[in-house]
Amino acid sequence: MMFAVSETVSSLSFPILTSLVVVPLLGAVAVLMLGRMRAEWGKLAALIFSVVTGALSLWVLQAFDSTEAGFQFVSRHEWIPAWGISWHLGLDGISLFLVVLTGVLFPLVIAGVDPHHDERPYFAWLLILQSGVMGSFVSLDLFLFFVFFEIVLVPMYFLIGGWGYDERVYAATKFFLFTMAGSAFMLVGIVATALLSRGSVGEVTFDLVALAEDSALSVTQGRWLFAAFAIAFAVKVPLFPVHTWLPDAHTQAPTAGSVILAGVLLKMGTYGMLRFGVYLFPEASVWARPVLYTLAVIGILYGAIAATMQTDLKRLVAYSSVAHLGFIVLGTFALTDQATTGGVMQMVNHGVSTGALFLLVGMIYERRHTRQIAELRGLQHVAPIFAGFFMVVMLSSIGLPGLNGFVGEFLILVGSFDTARWWVVTGTVGVVLAALYLLWAYQRVFHGEPDSANSGFVELRLREGLLLGAFVAIIVFTGVYPKPMLSRIEPSVNALIEHVEAHTTYVQPVHDEAGE
Amino acid sequence: MVDLIWLVPLLPLVGGIVLIAFGSRIGEPRAGWLATLATATSFIVTVAAYFDLLGSPAEERSHVVTIFQWIPVGALQIDLAFLVDPLSVTMALFVTGIGSLIHLYAIGYMHGDAKFPKFFLYLNLFVFSMLMLVLGENLLVTFLGWEGVGACSYFLISFWHTRNSAAVAGKKAFVTNRIGDWGVMTAMFVAFSAVGSVSYKAINEAAHEGTISRTAISAIAILLFVGACGKSAQLPLYFWLPDAMEGPTPVSALIHAATMVTAGVFLMTRVGPVLAESYGWVPDTIAIVGAATALFAASIAVAQHDIKRVLAYSTVSQLGFMFLAIGSGAYVAAIFHMVTHAFFKALLFLGSGSVIHGMHHEQDMRKMGALRVAMPVTALTFIVGWLAIAGVPPFAGFWSKDEILLYVYADNRFLYAVGMVTALLTAYYMTRQVILVFFGEARWNDAAAEHGAHGEFRPHESPKVMLIPLVVLALLSVVGGAMQLPFSKKLHFLEHWLEPVVEEAERSIKGTWAYDNKYLLLLVAIVVAFTGIALSITVYARRRLQSLEPKILADAWRYDATIARLVGGPGAAMFRGVARFDARVVDGAVNGVGEVARGLGGQVRRSQSGFVRAYAVIVSLGAVVLLAWFVWRGWLA
Repeated sequence: MMFAVSETVSSLSFPILTSLVVVPLLGAVAVLMLGRMRAEWGKLAALIFSVVTGALSLWVLQAFDSTEAGFQFVSRHEWIPAWGISWHLGLDGISLFLVVLTGVLFPLVIAGVDPHHDERPYFAWLLILQSGVMGSFVSLDLFLFFVFFEIVLVPMYFLIGGWGYDERVYAATKFFLFTMAGSAFMLVGIVATALLSRGSVGEVTFDLVALAEDSALSVTQGRWLFAAFAIAFAVKVPLFPVHTWLPDAHTQAPTAGSVILAGVLLKMGTYGMLRFGVYLFPEASVWARPVLYTLAVIGILYGAIAATMQTDLKRLVAYSSVAHLGFIVLGTFALTDQATTGGVMQMVNHGVSTGALFLLVGMIYERRHTRQIAELRGLQHVAPIFAGFFMVVMLSSIGLPGLNGFVGEFLILVGSFDTARWWVVTGTVGVVLAALYLLWAYQRVFHGEPDSANSGFVELRLREGLLLGAFVAIIVFTGVYPKPMLSRIEPSVNALIEHVEAHTTYVQPVHDEAGE
Repeated sequence: MVDLIWLVPLLPLVGGIVLIAFGSRIGEPRAGWLATLATATSFIVTVAAYFDLLGSPAEERSHVVTIFQWIPVGALQIDLAFLVDPLSVTMALFVTGIGSLIHLYAIGYMHGDAKFPKFFLYLNLFVFSMLMLVLGENLLVTFLGWEGVGACSYFLISFWHTRNSAAVAGKKAFVTNRIGDWGVMTAMFVAFSAVGSVSYKAINEAAHEGTISRTAISAIAILLFVGACGKSAQLPLYFWLPDAMEGPTPVSALIHAATMVTAGVFLMTRVGPVLAESYGWVPDTIAIVGAATALFAASIAVAQHDIKRVLAYSTVSQLGFMFLAIGSGAYVAAIFHMVTHAFFKALLFLGSGSVIHGMHHEQDMRKMGALRVAMPVTALTFIVGWLAIAGVPPFAGFWSKDEILLYVYADNRFLYAVGMVTALLTAYYMTRQVILVFFGEARWNDAAAEHGAHGEFRPHESPKVMLIPLVVLALLSVVGGAMQLPFSKKLHFLEHWLEPVVEEAERSIKGTWAYDNKYLLLLVAIVVAFTGIALSITVYARRRLQSLEPKILADAWRYDATIARLVGGPGAAMFRGVARFDARVVDGAVNGVGEVARGLGGQVRRSQSGFVRAYAVIVSLGAVVLLAWFVWRGWLA
């Protein structure tokens, strides 16, 4: 209900969200043109345009009204009126921090990681990628969302295939095919949703808000359509058993690709589940929860166990993503204030911590030209500052209280306990396993006496330190003082849960504060 | 001063942050002095808070100091807040007090270490975390400290990380503790589900007033105990602690004897009302686990040769005593023993560190002997510690151990017997250690070459900065018992002080046989202690009896080895199986797709447009098939 009302609240004269999508695209054009004249100008242009996008996203953050649960900064223009398709953008507490993360992550990566060849197309693809991801997070039109969702594949494919490692083409293609196969289901789902809702909405429209508020699908229809969406998002997240593209893609992608992939791309799956799955199909979401819980918890344990046994450091981090995303899916579908807020928060936290982990692994590869754990040894002895940064980021990933990862993980688990009790009790074992695989890897890579191959390992450079410092600052701040973030996420999550309650028999568990 | 309680954890935190930023520039020894100063100032603030509380009437001795809203989401409102009451102040007093002494000692012990500033950085962060743990107003703030001390313990155990055994031991400690943390986390979930809060006051009140089900109460209690087993090294999770001795000795004293490992006992006391309202099997389990651990670890200590490992098993055993007390409803006695144990065990560890220091890093007691001549102050203070732990009156350990056994007798005589056997063993193995290290003939001359000593090898006494803490702790080990003397109700200072915290949970033993005959029980305890000492002297000093040190005890009942075999065997096989399953089966199931992918990959190299075409074809094909299916179902008709 609140979504519909709020649409009128803040239609700004300046189309800020459109700018977030368009500025990186313009940047891509600029990179291609300027870079032709001088290669360094290409990077400079990429940096400037991504910094502007980042600044715009930060402006959105400060202008965001935290008391407002509905969509803000809404802009809406007819696109293909005959089919009810419009350029409808808006953002709420669920997408806010994903937009900010997308805005901030790209300039950091562009500034901090250099490609070794073909700078011009590399930066252009990165900026197109940023535009696509931004678009996915602010689209309020199903068709528009699908376009952005698919656009993202193309730059990512070329980034992996063009700047990746030995098996890059295989990995890139696998990534493409998996996601695309999922998308096919979603495309059908989107078209069918619009057509099937024609009667209840009054016209054919792809508008998310109109469909969610007015569509009257039958129970069976809703469930099948939900399944079509869920498959696409499950591949993207990825959920067990459709996760096998991820380790390959992560391992073969260039560092920037891995950071972006883990940082924001995977979140398009979990975000999509919430924004399109739960919002459009509340009944089906509640109905499908046991299956999703089970897949999520399998992902948590399975990802952690598989991570433990990896011999490639980057692959290990990739499997840890499978485990972490399992937590997020659990929280998303637990549909309680705490769990779902925690899930949204954890999308961002995971992006920051795992993004930073991939940066660190990339730095190790730059120095040693290997990612094999067995070939690395004693790095803490020769590069203590590097090791220190790795340690903080690792502890954030393990979920140490006081760092960002814990807050999200704790909220997910504490909030899911009422609706998914035994899944939570089992899933919490993943917290133990996270310590196991990361500390074991740390011990093998950083502890011990460095051998001759590792004794020349170069200590952290200033530029790398500044880059990682930004990540660590976010990690610590969010862990110590998550309130600003939570207070912006929660109202929108609450509105979404109320939407579910209004359309189903589901009722969120109530907690009486016995003590106070 | 109570309102300034945030200064107590803040000071060591600031010390730690300064050392992170400028540690190497500050250098040795100033980094050590800075860290010591931070902890000592924190101690002074705590003392002020103590007198503040003491000055107010008993019922007004509980204050909540809120710093900010930490995790507020809907019904879940968690503050970063401190609970200042007699229990937390008692804990903070001995954490900062003993912490300061050990910081001071470490300035001498760590002299010349290349990572001197980093050591003090970790120590300060540890003290900060420990203070968050004890001062927390709710389970989550405590958990912040709980995990923080775990992380610092990990850093410090693997401080000399180029040594493989240290690296392995650190990881083992962290992971084992995390198993316990599963319990603490799950307990918080149950608490929020049942009570709607994780604050101690809310949970304890709900339990005491019976507003939540007994099942929920028992679940919270037993899950927290799982966490306590991890942190406080109880069966079945004790096995990380002996390995933790890989860390520098001041760490063993501070973290693995005096403070961190007592966190479980503290937590149980904090939620005493929950334990009291649980089903009977919960406290019974705690008491049995405590007694079993106490006896088990004491039996192992009898046959250890490493000076620190004896003390490590002894610590596990003494912690068992504390849990035995908790399970028997003797919360005051548990805290009493925790404090006196902190005095004498920190003393013994620091003494052993002094010995190791003087022996050029030799830890095998078989290569020691007669050290009292070379190291008189260390020897004298160590002997005080020995008398205290052996239960010789009037030293501190005697009073606290007997307070526990008094309650245990009233609760369960079998467990009392187990406690008595443990007490006998304790006196026995500690006497053995004192004889092997400080008396008998000097055995270190034969081993001098091994120590890498140039020229003649001579053990030496430690510098003053290490001896002062020894003397202070020795004095405390002598007089510490005065906190709680059994002779008259008036002399129960600790009990009166802690009463507002524990009154709901503390068991009353008035009128029991044990209470009426407490002097008789005291006498029995004295006889048992002296029997243990005499037996040990007969074996190790007089050599009238053959020493009994079977290999099974030296190998710690092969418990650790069995676990290692299970983890390394079936455990690793299971993990490998999952990884292989993922590579072959799950990924193999999409092998068809993979083949297509490889084929397409080949095409891409030739022509990228071909790939895009293939994409378009597949998307449309999938869409068509699905649409056809929808049409067939008749929905679109």
